[in-house]
Amino acid sequence: MGVLEDLRRVVGEDGARLAESGDRVAEVPPRWVVAPTSTEQVGRVLRIAGEHDLHVVVRGSGTKLHWGAPPSAAELLLDMSRLGGVVEHAAGDLVAIVRAGTPLRDVQAALARSGQRLPLDEMLPGATIGGVVSAGTAGPLRLRFGTPRDQVIGVTMVRADGVTAHSGGKVVKNVAGYDLGRLFAGSYGTLGVLTEVAVKLAPVPEARAFVTRPVRTPAEVRDLTTRIREAKIGPVGMEVECPVPENYRRGGTVLRTAPDPDSMVLLLEGPADGVRERADRAVEALGTDTTVSTRPPTWWGRYPFGPDDVALQVVTPVGQLFGPVYSLRDAAREIPVRIFCSPAAGVLHAGVPGGTDPDRVARIVEAVRTVAISHGGYCQVLAAPPAVRAELDLWGPIDALGLMRAVKHEFDPAGRLAPGRFVGGI
Amino acid sequence: MDVPARLAAVAERLTASLGRSAVISDPAELGTYSCDGLARYAVNPGLVVLPETTEQVVEVVRACREADLPFVARGSGTGLSGGALPRSDGVLVVTSRMRRILEVDLAAECAVVEPGVINLAISREVSPAQYHYAPDPSSQQVCSIGGNVAENSGGAHCLKYGFTAHHVTGLEVVTPDGDVVWLGGGKCRQAPGYDLLGVFIGSEGTLGIATKVVVRLLPTQESVETVLAAFPDMSSAGAAVGAIIGAGITPAAIEMMDALSIEAAEQAVACEYPVGAGAVLIVELDGPAGDVAAELAAVRGHCERAGAFELRQAADDAERAEIWKGRKSAFAAVGRISPDYIVQDGVIPRTALPEVLADIAELSERTGIRVANVFHAGDGNLHPLVLYDESVPGQGDAAEEVSGAILDLCVRHGGSITGEHGVGVDKAKYLPRMFTDADLDTMQLVRCAFDPGHRCNPGKVFPTPRLCGEIPRRGTTPHPAQAAGLAEAF
Ligand SMILES: Cc1cc2nc3c(=O)[nH]c(=O)nc-3n(C[C@H](O)[C@H](O)[C@H](O)COP(=O)(O)OP(=O)(O)OC[C@H]3O[C@@H](n4cnc5c(N)ncnc54)[C@H](O)[C@@H]3O)c2cc1C
Ligand SMILES: Cc1cc2nc3c(=O)[nH]c(=O)nc-3n(C[C@H](O)[C@H](O)[C@H](O)COP(=O)(O)OP(=O)(O)OC[C@H]3O[C@@H](n4cnc5c(N)ncnc54)[C@H](O)[C@@H]3O)c2cc1C
Repeated sequence: MGVLEDLRRVVGEDGARLAESGDRVAEVPPRWVVAPTSTEQVGRVLRIAGEHDLHVVVRGSGTKLHWGAPPSAAELLLDMSRLGGVVEHAAGDLVAIVRAGTPLRDVQAALARSGQRLPLDEMLPGATIGGVVSAGTAGPLRLRFGTPRDQVIGVTMVRADGVTAHSGGKVVKNVAGYDLGRLFAGSYGTLGVLTEVAVKLAPVPEARAFVTRPVRTPAEVRDLTTRIREAKIGPVGMEVECPVPENYRRGGTVLRTAPDPDSMVLLLEGPADGVRERADRAVEALGTDTTVSTRPPTWWGRYPFGPDDVALQVVTPVGQLFGPVYSLRDAAREIPVRIFCSPAAGVLHAGVPGGTDPDRVARIVEAVRTVAISHGGYCQVLAAPPAVRAELDLWGPIDALGLMRAVKHEFDPAGRLAPGRFVGGI
Repeated sequence: MDVPARLAAVAERLTASLGRSAVISDPAELGTYSCDGLARYAVNPGLVVLPETTEQVVEVVRACREADLPFVARGSGTGLSGGALPRSDGVLVVTSRMRRILEVDLAAECAVVEPGVINLAISREVSPAQYHYAPDPSSQQVCSIGGNVAENSGGAHCLKYGFTAHHVTGLEVVTPDGDVVWLGGGKCRQAPGYDLLGVFIGSEGTLGIATKVVVRLLPTQESVETVLAAFPDMSSAGAAVGAIIGAGITPAAIEMMDALSIEAAEQAVACEYPVGAGAVLIVELDGPAGDVAAELAAVRGHCERAGAFELRQAADDAERAEIWKGRKSAFAAVGRISPDYIVQDGVIPRTALPEVLADIAELSERTGIRVANVFHAGDGNLHPLVLYDESVPGQGDAAEEVSGAILDLCVRHGGSITGEHGVGVDKAKYLPRMFTDADLDTMQLVRCAFDPGHRCNPGKVFPTPRLCGEIPRRGTTPHPAQAAGLAEAF
């Protein structure tokens, strides 16, 4: 029997088709696309993939499948777009169960009706909950709420062999059995297919304020971070935009129009009176150039890179980010590298223009990675154009790689799920 | 070689490499380590070793591997699910000599500690600098960080601050094969690759021995307010909790006690909770002063509207301790009103509280077994204390039954059989009530990756061990160990 016929018997005529050019995963063209509508169908699809010896890549909203390493094979694209919807929203328990293909935006809209939210930023418009969890991406709110692994309290997944399994549950406090939700968060779809995710929720705060202060040097950022901590202002997010030189333009768009200094922005949330009082205190602690607004700057909750750029992520212990920022600037020199950092969480994202000479990019990465590692941190290339990617070690040294390989081998012994996409060739 | 001979050979090897004082093989001394906080299960370990360094732990684990003997890690032995129950045919690795705080890095807001360090010792160390370690199990004066990591321990304040998993960023681990690896980001909050740290935390000592732990330190909050609210009955107290959470307030803690547990606490520590209370709530708020003031006013209002007849607000730390005294002593206090008791630990969706309480009351009435209720009310974590008298024939069994039936209630309401005490040996048999065979099999894939030889705390958590590298048969008959009942599995 042909693959397409087999798939259609499970998901119906319109649920499976031949792949088109737009379905490419990085540069790899799949042959078939299948869009199941239930966990049970995902299981049957993966069994069919096993019978036909197909490699499978999962697509959430599909907008950013180019990151990580390209899979070494991807005959079957598993499209989650028909596996969406909020299964349950227990508002009184601050918990929701959501199908993996649900866009984060739809989840937030549903929760907002009860004055609640999933405290994760939508870094990429359209991203699905399965994609966000699998990529482990987080934005400014990570300072207070952590990354997706901290919000997930239960998962339903389908293993490479088609077996469906759960871990966790729908209560926030639960230590029964191993927590596979944390293992799957950030696993880039290499261990199994998430079909449902249970998450803990937070109330939408009564008031929010964005406090902005110009900053001139990374060392100043470090000092201010300490001052803010001591002033007990309690921001839920703290971000610094380190803009590119004024004259930098690309494709007719000005990437930055702000005045010369970088800006540091704090997000305060809470009861209206408390937020107002803390914003006043922030102004006092940070000085007269500080301004307060109820709206975020345009770059808030975005990445400093576009789809064609080289995307870097640097992580260091809190207080050590300034080293990598200096080294990035030094190594980049005339190249306009855009940097956003979260100094209180020790995370930095940077975008190097995609057209930059691959050798040059490799040297920048090398320089920053060396500094990051010397501070006990990491420098990871999240995404890069193919020509650049070929020149790079995307991840740098990884601890416990042997155990990671062993885990992958147990979950997916045939290497069927997104082979080659993850650290160490996993 | 048979087991005793292998144990003797390992004892000799470790005495030579670790020194005489680090190895205990005298039967009388071994008895000290026969059980953890759940004394119902007791076995004398085959051998006890007390390593002082990571290298020594490696040496012990390698010796076990080479002799093909199982080993069990033990911190302070306060676990309440038999997780640190030793093996008569194996080695108990006790971390009580690994108690150094290796580094406090305030700039990076973290500390690096050895696994035997007592939970409270960290906060003590950093409190002069206005920092603390957030997870605060009631046992924090004695339990170890290594045990906390293994159990993913929580505390009264985890409603707002989360569990151990949210406060540990790196672990040095000796794997069951005797290799030393770092899991997680060290002092960084995240790291590339699979989140093996995340799955190790809460794995109850079955994936290796943690030898260094990097913990996050949080700055102390500007303001803390604690209120004790007395209600005529549990349902009005429950309504107050619902109203507070529903209003979008996240207190640091909300604890609830019923009349029976109040009575016990009164007898034990004279906590002087309001007379005639059918239930009390302790609500603690912390954060920036302005926010706390606003939330405090709201909380008081919600309590009054729900029927609170008395509200006490702590004016200072001494009064705060006074309010907490009754709650913190609750487990031990029931000893005053009952000769024997079982501390149960289950979780329900918070909104199911009224129904579950009614069901527990009904259960209690039907069986004649009294149940005192103490809850982490904010997150639905119940600690029913099942009271009985061992000297009355049949009461022990009846209490066991009631205790198990409460777990069934939790599962039926979509909750969990354990919120913080873990599965250990005690609840392995209940795990299948929450999870399918496929679920448990999938969890054990992780186990097989870390410990294919099944030497690290075997027999805990999972009722049926997975044969690593094999495809499990479907719909199989129970494993012999399970059929025999778990205690006999050792
Ligand atoms: C390098 C990089 C670049 C990014 N670029 C941008 C950017 O320019 N702008 C921006 O706003 N955001 C960006 N993001 C954020 C990120 O793309 C989104 O947060 C989110 O991951 C995308 O969701 P998606 O539904 O489109 O997932 P996809 O892109 O479709 O998939 C993400 C990953 O998760 C896997 N996956 C998806 N669903 C499942 C599932 N159900 N089960 C198992 N695995 C699954 C996929 O196989 C893939 O590995 C970027 C992230 C990274 C790491
Ligand atoms: C009065 C009382 C109150 C309690 N209150 C709470 C509470 O509020 N919240 C809560 O969560 N728990 C509570 N507990 C339970 C218990 O204190 C916790 O589970 C604690 O984390 C156990 O720590 P321990 O050092 O005593 O560990 P042990 O009992 O010695 O061991 C527990 C488990 O951890 C494993 N282990 C120990 N050290 C290591 C290591 N270095 N590496 C790997 N595995 C290891 C053991 O093998 C075992 O499986 C309470 C217990 C008591 C007696």
